Parts: sequence; C-alpha cells; structure tokens
Amino acid sequence: MNRQIIELVSWRLASAVVTLLIVSFTIFLATMMLPGDVAQILLGQAATPEAVAGLRKAMHLDEPAIFQFLKWLGGLASGDLGRSYANNMPIAALIGGRLANSLKLAAATTAIAVPLALTLGITSAINRNSLYDRIISGLTIAVISVPEFLLATLAVLVFAVYLRWLPALSLANETKTFADLLRVYALPVITLTFGVSAQMIRMTRAAVIETLNTPYVEMAMLKGASRRRKVLWHALPNALGPIVNAIALSLSYLLGGVIIVETIFSYPGIAKLMVDAVSTRDLPLIQSCAMIFCVGYLVLVTIADIIAIVSNPRLRT
Amino acid sequence: MTTDTVSPGRRVSYRFNKIGLMSLCIILAWALVAFLAPLLAPYPVGKIVNFEFYAPMSAKFWMGTDYLGRDMLSRVLMGARYTVGISLVAVALACFMGVALGMMAAVLGGWIDTVLSRLMDALISIPSKLFGLVVVAGLGSSIPVLILTLAVIYTPGSYRFARALAVNINAMDYVVVARARGEGLGYLVRSEILPNITGPVLADFGLRFVFIVLLLSGLSFLGLGVQPPFADWGALVRENLGGLSLGAPAVVFPSLAIATLTISVNLLIDNLPRKIRDQGA
Repeated sequence: MNRQIIELVSWRLASAVVTLLIVSFTIFLATMMLPGDVAQILLGQAATPEAVAGLRKAMHLDEPAIFQFLKWLGGLASGDLGRSYANNMPIAALIGGRLANSLKLAAATTAIAVPLALTLGITSAINRNSLYDRIISGLTIAVISVPEFLLATLAVLVFAVYLRWLPALSLANETKTFADLLRVYALPVITLTFGVSAQMIRMTRAAVIETLNTPYVEMAMLKGASRRRKVLWHALPNALGPIVNAIALSLSYLLGGVIIVETIFSYPGIAKLMVDAVSTRDLPLIQSCAMIFCVGYLVLVTIADIIAIVSNPRLRT
Repeated sequence: MTTDTVSPGRRVSYRFNKIGLMSLCIILAWALVAFLAPLLAPYPVGKIVNFEFYAPMSAKFWMGTDYLGRDMLSRVLMGARYTVGISLVAVALACFMGVALGMMAAVLGGWIDTVLSRLMDALISIPSKLFGLVVVAGLGSSIPVLILTLAVIYTPGSYRFARALAVNINAMDYVVVARARGEGLGYLVRSEILPNITGPVLADFGLRFVFIVLLLSGLSFLGLGVQPPFADWGALVRENLGGLSLGAPAVVFPSLAIATLTISVNLLIDNLPRKIRDQGA
C-alpha cells in the first residue's frame, strides 16, 4: 500500500460518511412528509383534543423538525432506535430477529450466486461469441429485464404449482428439521439467486473480456500461449479487481429484490417488517428499517469502490 | 454493451441488424397500443363481461378473463397506456434534469459541481425501491406523484452518466477555444457538449426507461402504484395473483407484456447501429 492509495481510500470513506448523513436527513424528511397526525392516529377518532395535544408533547412531536432529527440521529448513534408507534415495543427488539432472518436469506443467496455467476461469467468470456456464450447472454438479459415479482411468480408456478415440490409461503418459524429448512428457503433463495447472478454474470464476463483485449494478453497469445492459459494465467488475475467490484455491486441488488421477495413469500424478514410498517404508518420503525437498508447499500458500494481503487494497477507503484 | 472496437473493414451505417429491428418493432407496437388503446380494446375496460372468472383463453376472450370476469385483452391493452405512458414521461423528466444538471456541473465546475455531485451521490445511495415505497406510501399514490417520484429516483444516475461524459468533452480543445472566445454556459452546453454526447445519452435513456418500467411495476405489484379501478401491468399481475395456482392466463399475459417491452428495449440498446451508439463517444 502506498500513500496515494491510503489517501484515496480515506477520502472515499469520508465521503461515505457524508453521504450517510445526507441520506439519513433525506429519510427523516421523507417520513416527516407522511400525512396524518401520529398522535391522532394512535389515540383514535374518539380522543379529546387535549389528550392528542398531551401525547404530541410527550412524544416531542411539537418540537421543530431539526431538533427531532438531531434527537433521532443521536439515538441511532447510541443504539437507541426508539419505540414503535404501533405497539410501543422497542424497535431494536422488533428488528433484531427479523434482521437475522433477512441476513440468512442474503447469506444463502450469496453462497449460491457467487460461485455460480463466476463460473458462468468466466466460461462464457472464454468461449466468447460461441453458442454457449450467446445462450448465457440471452438468458441474463431476459432475467435482468423482468421485474423480481415475475421471477418469483414464475418460480412459484414451476416449483409449487406444477411440480408441487415446495410450499408457496415461507414461514421460517415453523422449521424443525433440516429438510424443512431447505424447503422454506428454497423459493426465496432461487428467486434472489436468479436476479443477483444475472447481474454478476454480465459484469464478470465484461471484466474478463476487457482484460483479454489488453496488449499483454495479446502478447501472450503471440508467444503461443493456449487459450486456457491466456485466460487463467494472464487475464483472470488482472480482472480480479473488477470482478470483486462487480460482486459487491450485484449484491446491492439483493436489497431491492428482498423487498419484493419477502412480501411475496411472506418471509418474516426486515423488508416485510418495513412494508407492514408503511401500511400502519409506524414512523420510527420505517426510519430505522430504511436506515438499515441504506447503510447496507452504502457499505457494499463503498467496498466495491475501495476494491476498485486498491486493484487499480496504475496506483500500484 | 459490447466493448469491441470498430474494425476498419466494417461499414459504418445507420442500418439496424435483425435483432435491433425486431426489438424496435415490438417497442413501436407497444407505443402504438398505448396511444390507441381505447380504440383497440374489444370490450369496455372496467366492465364485467363474463360470469366465469379466470376463464381460459377463448375466441371470445383472447387472453381469458380476470378475477372478476373482465376481459383481459382489453385490460392489458389499457395497461400499456399506464405502464408505457407513466414510464416515458418519468424517464424524459429524469434524463432532462440529469443531463442538464450534469452538463452544467461539468462546464461550471467548482463548488456547484461539488455540491451537486455530493447530493446526487447521496440520493443514489438510497435503494430505489425503498425510496419509492416510502414516498409513495407517504404522499398517497396518484399518477403525478408516481411520475415525479420515479423521475427523482433516476435523475442522479442520469446526472452522473452525463457529467462523466461532459467532463471529457469539456477538456477538448474546441471547448477551450469556445470558452476563450467568451461563449457563455448556454452556448457551451447546447452547441459544444450536447451534440457530442447524444449517442451514449440516448442509450442511457433506454436503459433508464427499463429501470423505471421495472420499478413502476414493482410498486404497482406491492399495491403502491397505479390504483384501482385503473391498472398498469404490474397491478394486473397483483390483481390476478390468486389465479396463479390455477395457471390462469390472466396472470401470464400482463407478465409477458412487461417482459416483451423491457427485453426489447435492452436488446435494442445492445444492437443500436454503430453510427447512433458511437455518436460523439
């Protein structure tokens, strides 16, 4: 590591923090725009105006927005996420188990999607313009072009309706044996894997092909290196940076995909929790879930950028 | 997009290849349908025309009937109007704002560039579906709100794309000369930069259109998009999801409609004639 890299990386990290601050403010503003008076909603139509005013005061809803924002941000930083408006439970308790469920889903998807996508991406780059490559390219274009719910409904149609192998809903709490566990996770994971790997395959293929076009690979070819040696020995190590970058970027697709997938399969994860919170207008819960999503996304994108910086050979002196 | 370079022997022309032409035809067909939908629909759109719900395909109802016994063909044709129309307006807004701001940032530089870029970076770090979910749930779902939300979500991407291109052009000699001549921001943007980035910007327009169609369908599928009794394709899938286990055509056709549109646009971008794609790049 030389100084230039360290400088660039710390600059990138600092800008991630600034971005996070702006994001948190945006989320706060967006949720403040939700119409309806929370105190009124909580107490119901029959509440007296005095009771509503009292509750507003107790919940600090009468203070200026900027104070509410700072208070909320301070709470976030110290791990106090506040209490849910809907059932007065601490949000940390509500989110805890759900977040773990979502992370399990993400981990399972990653474990399947990454090796699958790398294999398909690299092999199709090696056999560029062959029938195999064209089929893979066609399939990945089709998959990234359709909405996630289409992939999900297709998966349900095939595996749950026609083949009757899997249940259409995922109630993760009812798992007793390992087989049950597999059956519950199968459909959501299949759906997410399709979406994530399609992105990854395309980016991996592009990264390998780009290095195959460089002068040093051409040189290797002129010296008579075999096709396999050319790819595995000369191109791949140099494409590694862009490939890892592609993996991190593709994984951020999970964050959007998971919202649809958890809703369709009634999977008890954090995205489902947030969709439900939106319908009950549970502000602190929406804010916390949204922050978790944004932090996850920002972490992935920042990692991707840092890898791109570190793996840039022009900076390796 | 392919990364191969133009080989000297190949003729550079505006001609589409076969795949490009086919996808262009499908896109134009859907645009025409969106425009003429009320004339083409065989039955009144909201009317219950059959007592059998989730009816299979028949000569009378080409795409079967939906969960209430309404003609699916009419609803899919009308759905095109919402899906294509809303997405087109939103993408036009997003690209207009993004490209205009991006070129401005590139030409002016300095603190305007820094502030704009930071802001756009922050906006881009909010997952699009999450942003849509929160805003649409908050403001209620009406078509103007949908269009504006979609446009705002995809402005930063367009901004970054246009700015990156414009920064390169901005360093060209002819721009330096124009600036030395004392030309203003308006001239630089309109006459020097924009003509040199149109090709890539057009491709980006198509890509963003696909993203917007997907997000709109996703939101409608979650019940936050176009509201009943109207329905875009995403909402049609949601409405008829109950027919999934029966294998009803009512779920399949709106899904197919989305897929044909988005896949065609993606294929068209990949197969644009060189002349258009490389314009200025």
